[in-house]
Amino acid sequence: MSSTTERVDRKAKKREKIVRTALKLFAKQGFYTTTIPEIAGKIGMSVGNLYNYFSSKEILAQEIIREISAYLGSRIREVNDSDLHVREKIRRIVSIYFETARNEPEMIDFFLRVYLSNREVFHEGCEGMICVNEFVTEIMIFFDDGVANGELKNQDFFSAFGLFMGYLGGMVFLNGERILPRRLESYIDDISENIYNALKVP
Amino acid sequence: MRLLWLSALACNGNAHSLLNYPGFQEWQEDFHWLYHPLLPSRYTFPEIEKGIEGVEVLIVDGTLEEGLIKNRLPYRELLLRYGDQAERIVTVGTCATFGGIFAQGGGGRSGLHFEGDEHLKGYERFWEKTVSLPGCPVQPEVLAGTLSIIRRRDPLPLDTLHRPKYFYAYTIHDGCTRNEYFEYKIDEHHFGTLEGCMFYDHGCQGTFTHGSCNKILWNGVNSKTRAGTPCLGCTEPDFPREGLWRTPKHMGIPARMPLGVPRRAYLGLAGIAKAFRIERFTRPLMEDEGG
Ligand code: SF4
Ligand code: SF4
Repeated sequence: MSSTTERVDRKAKKREKIVRTALKLFAKQGFYTTTIPEIAGKIGMSVGNLYNYFSSKEILAQEIIREISAYLGSRIREVNDSDLHVREKIRRIVSIYFETARNEPEMIDFFLRVYLSNREVFHEGCEGMICVNEFVTEIMIFFDDGVANGELKNQDFFSAFGLFMGYLGGMVFLNGERILPRRLESYIDDISENIYNALKVP
Repeated sequence: MRLLWLSALACNGNAHSLLNYPGFQEWQEDFHWLYHPLLPSRYTFPEIEKGIEGVEVLIVDGTLEEGLIKNRLPYRELLLRYGDQAERIVTVGTCATFGGIFAQGGGGRSGLHFEGDEHLKGYERFWEKTVSLPGCPVQPEVLAGTLSIIRRRDPLPLDTLHRPKYFYAYTIHDGCTRNEYFEYKIDEHHFGTLEGCMFYDHGCQGTFTHGSCNKILWNGVNSKTRAGTPCLGCTEPDFPREGLWRTPKHMGIPARMPLGVPRRAYLGLAGIAKAFRIERFTRPLMEDEGG
């Protein structure tokens, strides 16, 4: 490996490390109480060097939401590319969401507690749904296919999107607050069935 | 060059369109009408039925119908006789090409080689020499231009439906003055008062319809989409579709994508474009800055 590619590689790894660490801290303590020196300290790098990677805390937060969106988007894309019946597709998407909430809780926490709660951080650079585009695009494709196959009711996009994603977000939130009496996964069947019943062709 | 124009079930729209060709007088000096339903011709229709010689280009106009008799002879017999005689056949308009509007009105109706996008075999021996000029009606420049190219025996590249690429390789979207609104996903919610793109709500089929309407303007002045009414897709096999002023959608997503554009790519771009609210596109162009 040439020294240039090694350097590029090392930089990419460092960048990834910053994103991971910041994600954890933001998700746990919120955007405002987390500081750049704190993130740098956790990784053992200088504050100045961290700024070489991300010029502000806002830009770092925007990068995080883009990566979460790309991750969820690629998982849902696998579902979209399959030939499953829409009912099973819904089950898979619900499972992906809850699985992510369990295995990567910071991702969903960041989404709910930073991205949705501190909108001012994302106004410039993440206008509209730009930073969650990959995720939203896959949900659109899921709906589009469902309607085209005659399985889902043709309705306003946001009415359907809100019903689906609002429901999942709400459950993860209740889970995070330790209000749910059972494990999150045990709700997958019921929730998928409810979503299917709400969205299917009457 | 000697032309024979035969009309089946037709509204004469294509003939009228040709009369609107700005250079018509000069153009027709190179052509002789053996028969045309509206123009001075060498023969009468009964003489055509009796039989003539010397047809170089047979122009087929209007929807064909099984068992159709125009005067005395079955129309099919005339087509077979003069189709064999002609060097080239031109189906003029969407009716003669794909069936078009008149094919909606009864069974056994089609174009010469197509019923919608289904390729028929009834006149298969003519397929190689046929040129398709769909449009409702055909643009005058497209008909006059194609006949001139045929007369000069210049190369005439065709697409898979045998439409000349010179005129049909483009989409109607090419050259539409509303392209900026398409780019930023701004529909025109008020017919006639605000500029905008009609792809999202108002049924515009310009992005997947082949033709030159926005390159060669109608009457040298305008096109449907420039004027603010959607392209109805009149040059395509599935014309006319139901609900021409509505965009069929699946949960807000246009059911048909621009030609050759993958849905994921389109939706990704649209999501980004929609995020920006660009003031200039939300006001009528003729309104001054102050409002
Ligand atoms: S109105 Fe139609 S032709 Fe014009 S830009 Fe929009 S989609 Fe294209
Ligand atoms: S704009 Fe569309 S509907 Fe109108 S003439 Fe052209 S191709 Fe036909």
